[in-house]
Amino acid sequence: MSKVAAAPVLRLTGITKRFGPLVANDRVDLSLGRGEVLALLGENGAGKSTLMSILFGHYTADEGTVEVADGAGSLKELRHGSPAAALEAGVGMVHQHFTLADNLSVLDNITLGTEGLWRAFQGRAAARRRLKTLMDDSGLAVPLERPVGTLSVGEQQRTEILKALYRGVRILVLDEPTAVLTPQEVNQLFDTLRRLTQQGLSIIFISHKLDEVTAISDRVAILRAGKLVGERETKAVDRGELAELMVGRPVELHGRDPQPRGVEVARLAKVSVPGPRGGMDLKSADLALFEREIVGIAGVSGNGQGALAALLSGLAQPSGGSFSLFGNTVTRFDAGAFVAGGVGRIPEDRHRDGTVGDMTVWENAILETYRDGANQRAGWMRIGAARDHAKGLIDAFDVRCPGPDAPIRLLSGGNMQKLIIGRVLENRPRLIVANQPTRGLDIGAVAFVQDRLLEAKRAGAAILLISEDLDELFQIADRLAVIHSGHLSEARPAEDLTKRQVGLMMAGEGQGAHAA
Amino acid sequence: MRLEPRESPGLGLRFAAPASAIVVALLLAAIPLAFAGAPLATAYAAMFDGALGSVFALTETLTRATPLILTGLAVTAAFRAKLWNIGAEGQLYAGALAAVVIASHAWSSSPFVMIPSMMVAGAAAGAVLLLIPTLLKTRLGVDEVVTTLLLNFVMLLFVSMMVEGPLQDPMSMGWPQSEPIVDEAVLPELVPRTRLHAGLIIALVAAVLLSLLINRTRWGLEMRAVGANADAARFAGMKIGRVMVFTAIISGGLAGLAGVSEVAGVRGYVTLDLSPGYGYAGIVVAMLAQLSALGVVVSAIFIAAVFVGADSMGRAMGVSSYLADLIVALSLLTMLVAGLVARYRIRWA
Amino acid sequence: MGEVIDILLAVSFWVAAVRIATPLIFGTLGELICERAGVLNLGIEGIFTVGAMSGWMAVYQGMGLWGGVLVAVGVGMGFGLIHAGFTVGLGVSQHVTGIGITLLASSAAYFTYRTVLPDVTSPPRIEPFEPIAIPLLSDIPLIGPALFHQTALTYLAFVSVIVTAWVLYRTPLGLAVRAVGENPAAAEAQGISVVAVRTGAVAVGSGFMALGGAFLTMSAFNAFFFEMVGGRGWICIALVVFASWQPAKALLGAFLFGAFDAFQVRLQQSIGAAIPYQVFLMLPYLLSILALILVSRRAAYPRALMVPYRKGER
Repeated sequence: MSKVAAAPVLRLTGITKRFGPLVANDRVDLSLGRGEVLALLGENGAGKSTLMSILFGHYTADEGTVEVADGAGSLKELRHGSPAAALEAGVGMVHQHFTLADNLSVLDNITLGTEGLWRAFQGRAAARRRLKTLMDDSGLAVPLERPVGTLSVGEQQRTEILKALYRGVRILVLDEPTAVLTPQEVNQLFDTLRRLTQQGLSIIFISHKLDEVTAISDRVAILRAGKLVGERETKAVDRGELAELMVGRPVELHGRDPQPRGVEVARLAKVSVPGPRGGMDLKSADLALFEREIVGIAGVSGNGQGALAALLSGLAQPSGGSFSLFGNTVTRFDAGAFVAGGVGRIPEDRHRDGTVGDMTVWENAILETYRDGANQRAGWMRIGAARDHAKGLIDAFDVRCPGPDAPIRLLSGGNMQKLIIGRVLENRPRLIVANQPTRGLDIGAVAFVQDRLLEAKRAGAAILLISEDLDELFQIADRLAVIHSGHLSEARPAEDLTKRQVGLMMAGEGQGAHAA
Repeated sequence: MRLEPRESPGLGLRFAAPASAIVVALLLAAIPLAFAGAPLATAYAAMFDGALGSVFALTETLTRATPLILTGLAVTAAFRAKLWNIGAEGQLYAGALAAVVIASHAWSSSPFVMIPSMMVAGAAAGAVLLLIPTLLKTRLGVDEVVTTLLLNFVMLLFVSMMVEGPLQDPMSMGWPQSEPIVDEAVLPELVPRTRLHAGLIIALVAAVLLSLLINRTRWGLEMRAVGANADAARFAGMKIGRVMVFTAIISGGLAGLAGVSEVAGVRGYVTLDLSPGYGYAGIVVAMLAQLSALGVVVSAIFIAAVFVGADSMGRAMGVSSYLADLIVALSLLTMLVAGLVARYRIRWA
Repeated sequence: MGEVIDILLAVSFWVAAVRIATPLIFGTLGELICERAGVLNLGIEGIFTVGAMSGWMAVYQGMGLWGGVLVAVGVGMGFGLIHAGFTVGLGVSQHVTGIGITLLASSAAYFTYRTVLPDVTSPPRIEPFEPIAIPLLSDIPLIGPALFHQTALTYLAFVSVIVTAWVLYRTPLGLAVRAVGENPAAAEAQGISVVAVRTGAVAVGSGFMALGGAFLTMSAFNAFFFEMVGGRGWICIALVVFASWQPAKALLGAFLFGAFDAFQVRLQQSIGAAIPYQVFLMLPYLLSILALILVSRRAAYPRALMVPYRKGER
């Protein structure tokens, strides 16, 4: 029954990897059969990506061996810490964050590193011919001459897969491949993967989404806190069991909790926001936000969410339309003034925008309010007061950290996010702009963040929740709008919508996506 | 080889890093010394003696340290906000020229009027010179590294034009040298019959003030936040452009003060060799101090000791005084490695 | 106006323009190669200086001219390797390392010169490269003498531009260089050693910079002077931005700059003392700043320029 027993193409034995005090992988054993799809299931931070980075040579394991079958089918140990060795052995990987050079063409990205560096010219014509055949066989179509930066996310992912196939990989690792796709693109990807396994490719599919795992895999291996906690045939397992294995503890996720909505807090009427390279990132958007309501914005990232969040955060200036906040037309686009006026902002990228890694926890805690009288007087920082205040925040929001004087870069993503949420909520904002607030967090932290947002809503805040995770949006948003290539659809009650409808709109196909 | 971030570098490491960098740089200087054919032990001893071996040597070292403290502070302020000011040399000359313009005529009989106005003018001139590339950066996105570097050459030519033109000393017999400043503007001696002057006090006060500014005020918080993560600073509502302009005024002003101090404390007039690269050495001073304003005082004294010691050793043993520049350059490079070791644990895998 | 036309029609003006452009071509190409691989090399000014000194010194000590060129290139590459060791191997600040290399290389050059020749007052001269007339082509009016009656190093500069462009855009090696400058993680994932490619690019680029310096002492001035490089390295960095990191545009930029510089020298002679000579000497630096201002808005930097890459860092 198991394909592994017949012909293992990959075997990991006793893999252990430590990052300082953190054990990311703890004696993990794993094997993969020819033509098999093995799902590697686990929460964020369970050690999936680390394990695969070891397989691919990006990290070196502290203990354990990686063996890969050669052409004849016998297992050979792989040299540690060398992507070149992994590639040579026929292992390919598509990372969650694509490893593509945006300014180079698709063809150059694919052929990069496949020819001897000292050849006098590139064999572009031959490469083009081979790729044509590959694209026909696999059903992956990509324009070869275009710079990668101009492609859609789906096309970039196809480029990544082609890159691996072009090298003749026998094992393909896909790290959270569906995170950036619409539901329809996910189906398309699954079709491609089935075709490829029939041709003999073995696939490791990394995910934390149960429905995808059960849809595509033959076998599931579950990682928790760096340890392999179970292995199941997909046919013979139910999702409840998988969920329990993955999480290891029951986590209660709270639902929508509708409230009578209050007064209008913000209104956009035909608002456009210009992009950095000309053109409009947000095109003539209409949106109204009310107290005691969460409005969710669905969409594949890069479709204008950034511009919408920046506008409501005071970081971008519209080039047309009218924007009113708390009943007044906004004329001063100034992030500091927005914060003081009662807008709380949770940034998309907590490392880039949310925190200053080299500054202390207490300094980060007052980063938005350092001008307030409580934190400074005539320019002199009231350091004692600010530190006490940070200590309060650390206690109230359960931020695990060495103390207020530690540099914030030492904190885990979840604890960093808790500090940011605390910093936002303690000002009792009337409007909260939350851009991907749960991305990359483990399930406990996700529940924490969602609960705090629901609590703030009950207390009277209007919340704009931008998310790529449809499950999350359907779970806690009262109304939903979809954003696609800068167009924002009308926000409709979530219970009137289905995931399929929203998915189509995310791809720019559904009704309402291009509403005037 | 791989690097793992340390939890937090201990206080010991913060001092050990620059100290070991300096020791390694001094040891590496044995190579050029051997090349020059100097007996090593005697040479090092002569260097030490020339820099610290007598009261006179000590005052010479402190005199040299004075402009280095000020340019080191200028670089510290700028680099803290990641404003890459490589133009302290030009700003120093701008300050020096302004000092001469203000102080070459006795328009007041009180040093309490003359000296402060000279300082204000010098600082303003240095600040203006740095504001040009800063505004080009914040408004037009022009990289400030190249513009500050190029402006050093422009400024030096401007000084040349002035000391051969409008500001030339009529008594210099055609020598490119500015008019001297009046006696009321000369900074008082600190130790009688040495060159050590009150500029050192100015530099020390500036170090304390800059340290307070960076660590204790909201403007310092802004500078540090912008320097460490401009995206997060912008998100938090800081005005990057304004912080950069503020930083430029502080940094350019401090470099300008270095020029004032040299003119009013040492030379009394401006020539084209007023600074043997104090502006560039300021970068080394600041990096050795790990961008700590108070640390700048210590590292400036060290760099000054290298200059003075190598000079006196060179004269005695016939070794080129460029040895000092070599040691200074080497200490910058060794400090970069030491700084890395202080921040990361190096694992050999 | 008449004076301007007289200048532009003089053969000597065009010859001078190309001569002034030659070291800038080498320097700009060298910096361009480093930056295409993602490494800013502010060591350029010092590498120019040490290249000028070491090439000249080798010839002065009895080596052949080409032997001197090789020495200069070798020394330049050596300093390039130090820069790469710090910025690529250790991943420390490219700005600060570059300044450090410039301080180190120029003080090493001055120290060596002073140590070997402690007592000279006027700089000793060497027999430099002689201009070579290329048959037929050098007879073309104006262009002929300007482009085809130059020294061997100028021809080498032209060839270097073509070779660099070919390597960058037509060979797997060039693709690897561009890839590590755009997205090192992508290159590493394809089995390319980012450290090796970047180190190699910085070494080769630094070799070109040293050639630029060697041209000054072995083809233009025939002697080594202190401060003779005079900011040419920094001007090259501005020219790289002006050229949008493309070799052909670098050639154009260097030539425009050379023409401007030759022009201002002649204009200065014909105008005389009405304007202080320093104003004319400032013009090249101001022109470089102006060039940066003009292109800065549309400058498309290599994406990974100045971003250190550490394998497996998280």
